[in-house]
Amino acid sequence: MAAKAAAKTGAKPKGNAEDYLRMYRQMVRIRAFEDQANQLYLSAKMPGLTHMYSGQEAVAVGICEALTDDDKITSTHRGHGHCVAKGAEFKAMFCELLGKAEGYCRGKGGSMHIADQSHGNLGANAIVGGSMGIATGAALSAKLRGTDEVTVCFFGDGATAQGLWYEVMNMAALWKLPVIYACENNGYSEYTKTAEIAAGSLTARAEAFGIEAHKVDGQDVLAVNELTQKLVARARKGEGPFFIELATYRYHGHHVGDINREYYRAKDEETEWKSTRDPILNFGKWLTEQGVASEDDLAAIGAEVKADAEAAVAYAEAAAYPPENEVDMHVYVDSPELNAALRGQPAA
Amino acid sequence: MREITLSKAVNEAIAEEMRRDPNVFLIGEDVAEAGTPFKVLAGLVDEFGTERVIDTPISEPGFVGMAVGAALTGSRPIVDLMFGDFIFLVMDQLCNQAAKACYMSGGKLNVPMVLRTNLGATRRSAAQHSQSLHALVAHIPGLKVAMPSSAYEAKGLMKTAIRDNNPVVIFEDKLMYQDKAPVPEEEFLITFGKANIKREGTDITLIATSSMVQVAEKAADLLAKDGISAEVIDPRTIVPLDEETILNSVRKTSRAIVIDEGHQSYGITGEIASRITEKAFYHLDAPVLRMGAMDVPVPFSPALEDLTVPTPEGVADRARAAVRGELFHAA
Repeated sequence: MAAKAAAKTGAKPKGNAEDYLRMYRQMVRIRAFEDQANQLYLSAKMPGLTHMYSGQEAVAVGICEALTDDDKITSTHRGHGHCVAKGAEFKAMFCELLGKAEGYCRGKGGSMHIADQSHGNLGANAIVGGSMGIATGAALSAKLRGTDEVTVCFFGDGATAQGLWYEVMNMAALWKLPVIYACENNGYSEYTKTAEIAAGSLTARAEAFGIEAHKVDGQDVLAVNELTQKLVARARKGEGPFFIELATYRYHGHHVGDINREYYRAKDEETEWKSTRDPILNFGKWLTEQGVASEDDLAAIGAEVKADAEAAVAYAEAAAYPPENEVDMHVYVDSPELNAALRGQPAA
Repeated sequence: MREITLSKAVNEAIAEEMRRDPNVFLIGEDVAEAGTPFKVLAGLVDEFGTERVIDTPISEPGFVGMAVGAALTGSRPIVDLMFGDFIFLVMDQLCNQAAKACYMSGGKLNVPMVLRTNLGATRRSAAQHSQSLHALVAHIPGLKVAMPSSAYEAKGLMKTAIRDNNPVVIFEDKLMYQDKAPVPEEEFLITFGKANIKREGTDITLIATSSMVQVAEKAADLLAKDGISAEVIDPRTIVPLDEETILNSVRKTSRAIVIDEGHQSYGITGEIASRITEKAFYHLDAPVLRMGAMDVPVPFSPALEDLTVPTPEGVADRARAAVRGELFHAA
């Protein structure tokens, strides 16, 4: 795709055109997933609620594109974007969203716990700030096991009000752990403006622990990716932890059912972000300006992704629910080595 | 057989498992040079270093959450929670995170961590350092709960807990750390969910956990003088619970008292008594009795504190009443 685009536009070949287009495609995939999820909710086909990631795509993609499969992330209740960006496929995601057996979590997690564990996603957490300890512990484990894995802890501005963050930042800084705290500041803590829940500056809070803190435009996938690549490389060398505050925007309400929200957020504000700061539109524009892709190329990606998403939804709708005997399965996992050792010892 | 203290038994179990598996590490407040306020972990840092015996700030939710993350990614942490009372501080990390990661991921993630903490009143430590809160975590599916009743159990259950691929909470009775019991030199594990019949009897079954096993045994001695034969059962783990051994005993004796140091209301005693009533009702000759700690915050004054926990005399009194058939019309 990249080579073809370059040939067609006649632009000089770019070494990372492939990376750019993959990032573009991943952002489009997140948006397409969320559009389908929203439709599933509105047409009452999806059990429960879901929290849309639309608008924040550059954060998940810019960061996850700087990670390997061995690197870990922890995700949030607004986690579909992280899940896609860390390598998940649509079919198993939509199956999870609809509570089907072929979902990543066999239908036991649903929207708020969706994760493709095989790509280093340690799970989406529905307790705001609940994964800050998990991410920091994964970084501690990486260090103890002698690996160079890095963990990124995604959380929203609302989670900065949780005490757990300050406990684990303290330990991460004391022990120089390879963890990056990525705060997606979308301006709203559920139904409340961030300015009303956060005193002082968020970066200053990390800096108080001696943690290097950065602010970046979370709508600019290249800026996010460039910064993350640098920080990941440094974290691998033991220079972590780091904090990034990513300025971004949530296009939908707190969840899909939060439709009449003018009491806390003006329509004009939403329109402005969508029309002038959309991460996909702006990156697409840049790609065409740079000659990495033509508008037709981008439209083709959009159409292809949309068709993929629709096919995955159809697949998930037709897929089977888990059988009833799975209801008490996975409460505990087996311990085969322990059981073998127990069998091997004389009766007590 | 040699006798060692419960404290030494825990220390040995952890040292053996840390030697066996490099992924096992210890984390908690003052676990390294201090070896905890109870000195249970003394000396481990000398052998394993501060990389694997990690002193933390006083941040219980933080380090329990970190243990969950470490357990999800190939390590096998043992968390030291200095007092069982602090479990309230870590409930989200233990009950929403550790307990549910496996289920919520459809079995793709698991959390092989041990949280060792303690229980037990009568140490004159007042209401925030004396509670026995094991029922709180036993209520949450996804956690296993072990309650050693002697140095032997403390060692075997700890070793098994460390090798279990699920989160296990171990409650040691902090008044028993210096109690000695025979513990084999050679390696052994204790199977979870397998009760120990401490003493056989025919007239009444005393099911007791942790230090209440000693109370039950002393009560059985008192009852023997009255010609009443009591069977004493130590479940060893309350999750999983060896229902079968308990039911078989009650089918034989027709009477039961459940003794536990947690508050009596909504606790372990009620749970076990209820299972007996549901599944061995036809065999019962007396109502199944519960004896837990009084439903009051633990008082400081020795004059009051000692009233709050079951005693051998108290258990023997209730057992006599049950055997004599005096409970059918109890108010």
